[in-house]
Amino acid sequence: MNSKVSNQIAIATLYVIASTIVVILAALLGYIIISGLPALSWHFLTSPAKAFTAGGGIGIQLFNSFYLLILTMIISFPIALGAGIYLNEYAKQNWLTSLVRTAIEILSSLPSVVVGLFGFLVFVVQFGFGFSILSGAFALTFFNLPLLTRSIEEALAAVPDEQREGGLALGLSKWETVLHIIVPAALPTILTGVILSAGRIFGEAAALIFTAGQSAPALNFTDWNPFNISSPLNPMRPAETLAVHIWKINSEGIMPDAKAISSGASAVLVISVLGFNLLARFVGHRLFKRLTAG
Amino acid sequence: MRKKRWIECLLVVGLIVLGGWAYQTRQVNKANMTITAVGSTALQPLVEAAGEDYSTHHLGTFINVQGGGSGTGLSQVQEGAVDIGNADIFAEEQKGIKANRLQDHRVAVVGITPIVNQSVGVHQLTTTQLINIFTGKVRNWSQVGGNNQKIVILNRAQGSGTRTTFERFGLKNHRSIAAQEQDSSGMVRQIVSTTPGAISYVGFSYVDKSVQAVSLNGVAPTNQNVASNEWPIWSYEHMYTSKTPQPLAQRFIKYVQSRQIQNSLVRRLVYISMADMNVTRDGQGRVHKVEASHE
Amino acid sequence: MNNKLQKQLLKRSKAAKLERLGKTVSFLALMLITVTVFAIIIFVASKGLATFFSNHVNIIDFLTGKDWNPNVTNAKGQPEVGALPMISGSFVVTILSALLATPFAIGTAIFMNEISPHRGAKLLQPVIELLVGIPSVVYGFIGLTVVVPAIRNIFGGSGFGILAGTFVLFVMILPTVTSMSVDALRSVPRYYREAALALGATQWQTIYKVVLRAATPGMLTAVVFGMARAFGEALAVQMVIGNAALLPTNLVSPASTLTSVLTTGIGNTVMGSLQNNALWSLALVLLMMSLIFNLVIRMIGRKGAMSK
Repeated sequence: MNSKVSNQIAIATLYVIASTIVVILAALLGYIIISGLPALSWHFLTSPAKAFTAGGGIGIQLFNSFYLLILTMIISFPIALGAGIYLNEYAKQNWLTSLVRTAIEILSSLPSVVVGLFGFLVFVVQFGFGFSILSGAFALTFFNLPLLTRSIEEALAAVPDEQREGGLALGLSKWETVLHIIVPAALPTILTGVILSAGRIFGEAAALIFTAGQSAPALNFTDWNPFNISSPLNPMRPAETLAVHIWKINSEGIMPDAKAISSGASAVLVISVLGFNLLARFVGHRLFKRLTAG
Repeated sequence: MRKKRWIECLLVVGLIVLGGWAYQTRQVNKANMTITAVGSTALQPLVEAAGEDYSTHHLGTFINVQGGGSGTGLSQVQEGAVDIGNADIFAEEQKGIKANRLQDHRVAVVGITPIVNQSVGVHQLTTTQLINIFTGKVRNWSQVGGNNQKIVILNRAQGSGTRTTFERFGLKNHRSIAAQEQDSSGMVRQIVSTTPGAISYVGFSYVDKSVQAVSLNGVAPTNQNVASNEWPIWSYEHMYTSKTPQPLAQRFIKYVQSRQIQNSLVRRLVYISMADMNVTRDGQGRVHKVEASHE
Repeated sequence: MNNKLQKQLLKRSKAAKLERLGKTVSFLALMLITVTVFAIIIFVASKGLATFFSNHVNIIDFLTGKDWNPNVTNAKGQPEVGALPMISGSFVVTILSALLATPFAIGTAIFMNEISPHRGAKLLQPVIELLVGIPSVVYGFIGLTVVVPAIRNIFGGSGFGILAGTFVLFVMILPTVTSMSVDALRSVPRYYREAALALGATQWQTIYKVVLRAATPGMLTAVVFGMARAFGEALAVQMVIGNAALLPTNLVSPASTLTSVLTTGIGNTVMGSLQNNALWSLALVLLMMSLIFNLVIRMIGRKGAMSK
């Protein structure tokens, strides 16, 4: 068999693999969205949930999901970025560094319920934050950091060394090179990492059951004072997210329209993740252009 | 560059001022009266709904209700981390709990019934048959008068209140063989309704048209039969507090036990009201008749 | 004048100060992560080891026992905490799903990066990112309504089992492995490809002999992360694997994993009791096993990677 033929066979195989994946994924997404569509309505998206009668919505849960996502990202992104920079740019390649790397990697295999329980004992009970968005955000930060750090490190590693040499040759310090040349150049890949971890945060349930809680008290959407208990911005209130709500309905829900709500909420969740991805891409693209003058 | 610094400074100052102003104008009266109840997911909807009701009648109080399982509820109330621990079982039945340190408040009764997949063709069983099924002595539905189909046993997780009650009063303290386990009633119903030959057990409120509830020794699983103890598989829903509960926790539990809640919410959620019970049962399983009716 | 110059030269420049600040801040960030990671590991270890030290369970019995009934004591007066069914269940499901997902993920990554970097990648990238955000409950439900009945009809049995778990995990880890593999391929310098093509290699030869070799460490990381996710996944697997603490005899009989038993049990036990400690021991086993996976894969990676 000559190399041309094997080349064609290999490439054809890759086409088959890629299209299989597309078919599987499209079927999955189609299934979720189509089974959820009938439940969607403005009322469903904005009204509060009902415990045991039909006609409840997911308004508060949807808001909680986004608020928790943003809080978690505000806490975890700077830490992950700093750690990623240190691991890739400053750390010496010795046993200590590889120990830290290994520890971070094995942490990501811990089931999220363990992270949730750890967060419960530390934040909810020990620090006295109670069942609150803040506790949830810290727990999610734990859960999020390994993957985010790792992907930021990979993104920085993918920037060619010539860029570093260029920066240093211009008389910039190492830190300035990293900040003004390497990070902007790695931005699109970093963004992919952020989006992936945002997706995981959005869909996470088990870590939140014991930290952010699984009840969604009524909110007053005209009250934006973060110190009031019924204000949507209050970080100390218990907050059930969309993913937790789906889990709760499927496990113990006794409302007659549980199935419709759960598939509707799943569809909303997928659409929200899509919207978030598009937004992040758009912002990232603009930022990339401004920072790299490209 | 200079200008940018200025704008940043202004922003920070502005945020601080805004924060201070928000702190000054916060509603002070609303923040201080909060109690937390944690535990059984089965009891959560009732307590949550009652809590919302209570808050609307008593402005300035907030009842924070969370799930997490009976074990979590009992251990957290024992450690004083929460005010109320919701549980489906007696504290005495839970390993690792010092029951004498806790105060039991029973708020409702829940009946538990075996359910089977619609296709097995069995509507009633005897206790012996039920024990034989769950201990693996009978493996085909035709041996207990059903269709020729393999029996698929589905249990709740070990230590769950529903399973503890079912094995104690349904299986007469026989232990089920190792089989599939699920940790929620909703999942159990879903799997029983779609798996041919499946048998499991759920609280009455989860029984619907997708599964077949089974009569035991000719007694149907109804609230009336639970009230007279003719249907023996039932349990109390407990709200445990410490021996010296917080006043608000005590008032709230009184409210849940009041006739108003017992007649409305408790019935709507297909629990059995405490007032309807003709018998009482203690942690050792001893049953006593209630002589005087509540009305 | 001289004095002033001396001062200026000896004082740290602004850039040097910034450099030090930056290095310190990023180091602190890494330390923070390291400390939390070790805090969690120590937390799990202290709880998990309590089973052996304060409850005096024999560690060999724990790892090789086949009966899991923490509430019951056996003939020897020891609680029945045999974790072998869960350990083997976790192991088999993870390996199978990684074996299934890796070729698909790497194939797709190559397709996105080497063969159709414009149209293919534009289509696949958002779809893959979208899939990460689907909660595991939803994966579990689709598994329950689609995969389990399909397996029941084709292979018989109840449909619940390792095979169903493998399929669900395959789809769940696919996005993680694929997108990390894409990153790994992307970090292979362009001139590697150009050099190979200039030597007259076909596209496939370039990919297979040059690009894949150069990207091996990154791809292995991707697989490790995928396996880690498969290993730690609880809700979805628990819904389709049947969750029975039995040694898996075949691929379609109900089995269980470490995480599924841990997640179902943890809410029903009391902190500090044997039942609770035994569950934490499962978490400890999980950490140990993923450490071993990690080391093995790294060893393979060191052999397979090109020497620089």
